[in-house]
Amino acid sequence: MDFTFTPEQDALSEQARGFLAANPEPSWKELAELGWTGVSIAEEDGGAGLTFVEEAVLLEELGRALYKGPFFSTVAVTLPALPGELRAEIAAGETSWTLAFGPLVPDLDTADRIAIVGGDGIYELEGAEREVLSTTDETRPVGVVRGGEPGRRLADSGVLEEIRNRTLAALAIEACGVARRALEYAIEHARTREQFGKPIGVYQAVSHPLADAYTRLELARSLSYWAAWCVAQATEDADEQAPIAAAAAKAFAAEAAVQVCETAIQVHGGIGFTWEHVLQRLYKRALWIESFAASSTTLRAEVAASLLDAKPDQASGFSQTPVSLTQGG
Amino acid sequence: MDLRDTADEAAFRGELRSWIEENLPEELQGHRGGAARFEGEEMRAWSRALHDAGYAGLTWPKEYGGSGASYTHQAIFLEEMARAEAPPHVGVIGLGMAGPTIMTHGSEEQKARYLEPILSAEEIWCQGFSEPGAGSDLASVRTSARQENGHFVVDGQKVWSSFAHLASFCILLTRSDPSSTRHAGLTYLIVDMHAPGVDVRPLTQITGEAEFNEIFFDGVRVPAENLLGEIGGGWQVAMTTLLHERGTLGFALQAVLEVQVRKLAALARDRGADPLQRDQIAREWIEAQALRFTNYRALSKLVKTGMPGPEGSISKLVWSEANQRVTKLALELLGPDAALAEENAPYGGYWQHQQLRSRGNTIEAGTSEVLRNIVAERVLGLPKSR
Repeated sequence: MDFTFTPEQDALSEQARGFLAANPEPSWKELAELGWTGVSIAEEDGGAGLTFVEEAVLLEELGRALYKGPFFSTVAVTLPALPGELRAEIAAGETSWTLAFGPLVPDLDTADRIAIVGGDGIYELEGAEREVLSTTDETRPVGVVRGGEPGRRLADSGVLEEIRNRTLAALAIEACGVARRALEYAIEHARTREQFGKPIGVYQAVSHPLADAYTRLELARSLSYWAAWCVAQATEDADEQAPIAAAAAKAFAAEAAVQVCETAIQVHGGIGFTWEHVLQRLYKRALWIESFAASSTTLRAEVAASLLDAKPDQASGFSQTPVSLTQGG
Repeated sequence: MDLRDTADEAAFRGELRSWIEENLPEELQGHRGGAARFEGEEMRAWSRALHDAGYAGLTWPKEYGGSGASYTHQAIFLEEMARAEAPPHVGVIGLGMAGPTIMTHGSEEQKARYLEPILSAEEIWCQGFSEPGAGSDLASVRTSARQENGHFVVDGQKVWSSFAHLASFCILLTRSDPSSTRHAGLTYLIVDMHAPGVDVRPLTQITGEAEFNEIFFDGVRVPAENLLGEIGGGWQVAMTTLLHERGTLGFALQAVLEVQVRKLAALARDRGADPLQRDQIAREWIEAQALRFTNYRALSKLVKTGMPGPEGSISKLVWSEANQRVTKLALELLGPDAALAEENAPYGGYWQHQQLRSRGNTIEAGTSEVLRNIVAERVLGLPKSR
């Protein structure tokens, strides 16, 4: 059992953080040149042949930087539906994709091509009219497509489960990146902002909510990388935990990110409520993540069904004694 | 990153699981080793069996009678014990706190004298740290140790000491310099619990049981060779003890929480749950998984770097509050039957008892308030609140 990142994964994370700090609005081509668009694409298709865990490392940093572009819709969502030669175009940075699996299609302003779920398969949508809608989170536009014809058949609908798991896990990881940055701002503010002659982080009414925010974030990260690992495994040997891990991670991490941002806004006081401060944009991304694909409540209903409705044969096995640390003194 | 057991870990887990199945007496299954319901004999026999099979003091070095195993094996051991609802070795305080402290600060004579009987459960230990006036603020300890003709004379009172009524020895934090305050002037002693002047009284808690004791010391003579560390250096020694208290505790707690959530789900299947309750159950299952994988992250970092990661500091905080919510949710599922007690209640009053006991979880072994201060100051780097 090893739940640490490899030195290569750590290096990727550092590279991503450094690059995005210097280039907050990178083009699709630039991401391809860094090798990010083809991380999990096979080497023979021009990719790096790595896994969803490495993609997760990137998604965390992209979330942290509030990256605006079709990485999520292409890599996290649509990729499993695409055959090898189309993946090669993604690795090369020539095309980006999005998938219309619900009425609101993500990254519709930037994605080059659109896939659509229809009947028993996933098809390329051709000749459709796009309407990009205004969104609260300006960094994550969605839109609707009208008309058009199904063109090339891309994949069997059996791939939708993998797409669902990747989408949920990716959103969970992004949420962790968003929450981390909000928490960093809040900690810095609590250390330096003085009121009544002291840094406000001295006051436990400020420091304890921050300790709770950190706690929620670390729990969210543990779940999200568990989900990412299950998703990565699932491509090899159908990890049966992947669907529930992805649901659990998204349900928890999206709520955690919203809570952490709310705590950060509160700790900042008035400045946290202004348009000027980046917190409002982090908060809106967190809210976007919570609302997209499936809400936390919906996902918990799925978890509850798998816990309570699946196998009623388990014996209760009740015993009589307390759960106790039985130490102390 | 590979979240599966390695071949070696899987083999260890498999052997251990079969060993527990074959050796755990039925009447002990489900007991958490709480001192309240044990007079010790059956617990000692179980503890000896664990020792004979090499499972006591897994991470202790071989020279002290341990198995020299990795932290990962210790974590697997704690998980499997919790899953089987097997009580821990009766030497909880000796194995987890007194032993490691003696290994770090003890003389060769002390190591030779005390360590082996901890493993074999011949000698049980208790801890004398908290006092009526020194809880979270441990540095305000007042129990005195006066030096007199080559020994110490101890007077004072300790509280919240489990196993004291069974114990042979106590690790005792005293104030040896009456003019000192706070962290200076403290001295750490090993005290024979059968010495004249030691009086142990059970302390009945909110559940009606007495898991803990008060210990009164009235002119107790403690030989000079029972000093652990330096005179006046007791605070440093006590920090070693507390570090070990919180060490791999997270694993035991997380595995216990998973068992608790499994029982909660079973209760919901037996008696039904409405959609809001189902949402809460799912929430608790998710949080239990989150705690589990957070512990794995901390453990992996410990194994790789020798230093526990900061994630580990939130383990007990998360567990205690989760256990309170889970047990309260169980009472809600019981409906009006939640008012019943013991044999009149469903499942023998298990949940009523668990819920009341859980209120202690956010107090014992570091209150949630103290733990939040630790996270804020040591992990987040916020300025100290005092």
